[in-house]
Amino acid sequence: MRHWLKPSSPSGLILIVVLMFGFGFALVPLYDVFCEVTGLNGKTKGAYQGDINALAANSDRTITVQFVANRNDNLPWGFYPEQEEIKLTVGERKQIHFSVNNSYNRAVVAQAIPSVSPPQAADYLNKIECFCFQRQPLAAGEAKQFPLVFFVDPALPEEISKLTLSYTLFDISERDASGVD
Amino acid sequence: MSAHAETMHHGPAKGFSRWILTTNHKDIGTLYLVFSLIMLFIGGTMAFVIRAELFQPGLQLVMPEFFNQMTTMHGLIMIFGAVMPAFVGLANWQVPLMIGAPDMALPRLNNFSFWILPFAFAMLLSTLFMPGGAPDFGWTFYAPLSTTYAPPSVTFFVFAVHMMGISSILGAINVIVTIFNMRAPGMKMMDLPLFVWSWLITAFLLIAVMPVLAAVVTMVLMDVHFGTSFFSAAGGGDPVLFQHVFWFFAHPEVYIMVLPAFGVISEIIPTFARKPLFGYRAMVLATVAIAFLSFIVWAHHMFTVGMPLAGELFFMYTTMLIAVPTGVKVFNWISTMFKGSMTFETPMLFAIAFIVLFTIGGLSGLMLAIAPADFQYHDTYFVVAHFHYVLVPGSVFGIIAAVYYWLPKWSGKMYDEKLGQWHFWLSFIGVNLTFFPMHFVGLAGMPRRIPDYALQFADFNMLTSLGAFLFGTTQLLFVYILIKTVRSGKKAEQLPWEGARGLEWSVPTPAPYHTFTTPPDLERK
Repeated sequence: MRHWLKPSSPSGLILIVVLMFGFGFALVPLYDVFCEVTGLNGKTKGAYQGDINALAANSDRTITVQFVANRNDNLPWGFYPEQEEIKLTVGERKQIHFSVNNSYNRAVVAQAIPSVSPPQAADYLNKIECFCFQRQPLAAGEAKQFPLVFFVDPALPEEISKLTLSYTLFDISERDASGVD
Repeated sequence: MSAHAETMHHGPAKGFSRWILTTNHKDIGTLYLVFSLIMLFIGGTMAFVIRAELFQPGLQLVMPEFFNQMTTMHGLIMIFGAVMPAFVGLANWQVPLMIGAPDMALPRLNNFSFWILPFAFAMLLSTLFMPGGAPDFGWTFYAPLSTTYAPPSVTFFVFAVHMMGISSILGAINVIVTIFNMRAPGMKMMDLPLFVWSWLITAFLLIAVMPVLAAVVTMVLMDVHFGTSFFSAAGGGDPVLFQHVFWFFAHPEVYIMVLPAFGVISEIIPTFARKPLFGYRAMVLATVAIAFLSFIVWAHHMFTVGMPLAGELFFMYTTMLIAVPTGVKVFNWISTMFKGSMTFETPMLFAIAFIVLFTIGGLSGLMLAIAPADFQYHDTYFVVAHFHYVLVPGSVFGIIAAVYYWLPKWSGKMYDEKLGQWHFWLSFIGVNLTFFPMHFVGLAGMPRRIPDYALQFADFNMLTSLGAFLFGTTQLLFVYILIKTVRSGKKAEQLPWEGARGLEWSVPTPAPYHTFTTPPDLERK
């Protein structure tokens, strides 16, 4: 080993310090990769990429999907699912709506963050269309219907018969105005 | 010894500039130790405010906002200002003396790493006088408390932590380079005194995790000021990620605060038992094992965030595994004392109290490691009792023991043994009176970091507060003993402790400004 790289020399030690500082930041993507590989954290994926027409509801296994709508920081908005609970068969496409109204007297930009419980079901809940894919601008006092089209993959593990899809609505007007993600 | 002959023609510079410009390891060691003593009293005053408020149920003295600032600043100052600099001070004084080196390897860097600290802490303490107040999010600064809901002073907190981190990293680099390159000729790694071994391993822990702390405070800074979303779910981040990165730093940190104390105890026990240390090799290996395990147990601080069962089990079992090398150390200390001809001077009393009380803290740690039970203990006073048992009668007693043990060599004067015994017994009673009742109120469900509590906890809290006042005031006696020793102590002998071995005792008393300018002859010993 070159002498300046040895862990007994100051330069070698400073290299360890720099690498560990980088490692601290590398933990951020590593955390996401870890959650994705293990399916922890209940994060759903982006829009379903497969062939939607090939899907056939050829199973009569029914499951229950519950919808929960939360407002972060108890923002003074209305945010409700059209139905709190639906039953559907696996592979069946469903569309439901979330209604939202902006009770602020100013325009806001909202972003919904999904979470699925139990977390291991997150991989089997496929969204074809979701309001959570985009940030949602709302004029002052505006009310809107947010659409969600999804299906549950027939490969969903047998032991899961009920899953909960929750959305938390965040006010990201400040972030959005400054143009930073 | 030829070492003291050369000291005649080069002593310390005169006046105050000696302390600012010094590159001498003994001067810098003294600066670190005095600094940490001052910080102990500042952090102690904050603990005093906390305990005065909690003396009775209800809000008496301070507003909850200020109470939060006190708990936060107390933790930050005691960890980064009192315990860590005290150990760096001990390393500066003792590592060169114990390995027969003339000074630390990088003396100017040494001066720099000390003088960062007063500025870092001046900056941190100045936040108390800022609009919006000092940091109030706990020393663990969990997001979003330290991002979305933080007072404006969070920026000063971030930069103060950066400066403390740089200071610790530079100090650690210095220790490692000194130990690897400046040992007396013929001194092999497995000849190193255990204090030196413990510090070597601690220094590697510091090098590995202080940069991660720097990274996590930088992310907080970016979330606050630059619109990033590391810890904000709205922008695709995750607040739980904060806890993972933070505890990846903070769990090794707790070993940084206790391994050097293990080293001190491993020096003191053999001296006063008049027997060599039992199981030297096992002690070194146990320290390495603890350091390694400390990297893979961090999530036991966050059992309640909703981890999967496999994660809970992994972190539970690895945490329990730490009890094995720690147990090796405790049993080796006991075996060293077994059938020894023991005497109980002040350093030995503090060392024995360390073993007993640290073991109590370790035991409550094992209770907390049991994931299903932790859901009950989490964020209660039981946790407070646990970490204060390992930090106060652990780290702090270790530092006090070290000061009593080596003070005769440093100052050339003997402390007043009678006052030392008083200091010990009052501290011992105070510390137990303070922290033992916290176990009971914690198990009964009293939450941490809250300025008020339910009536059923009143009696134990009053006892705790009385113990805290006793323990705090007793430390004034410590300061009096130190001043009295330096000013009018009896002259200490060349070898103040009959059973003491090691190179540091071979230099004259008091240790001259320059020692080991020619390396010691290890064969002659």
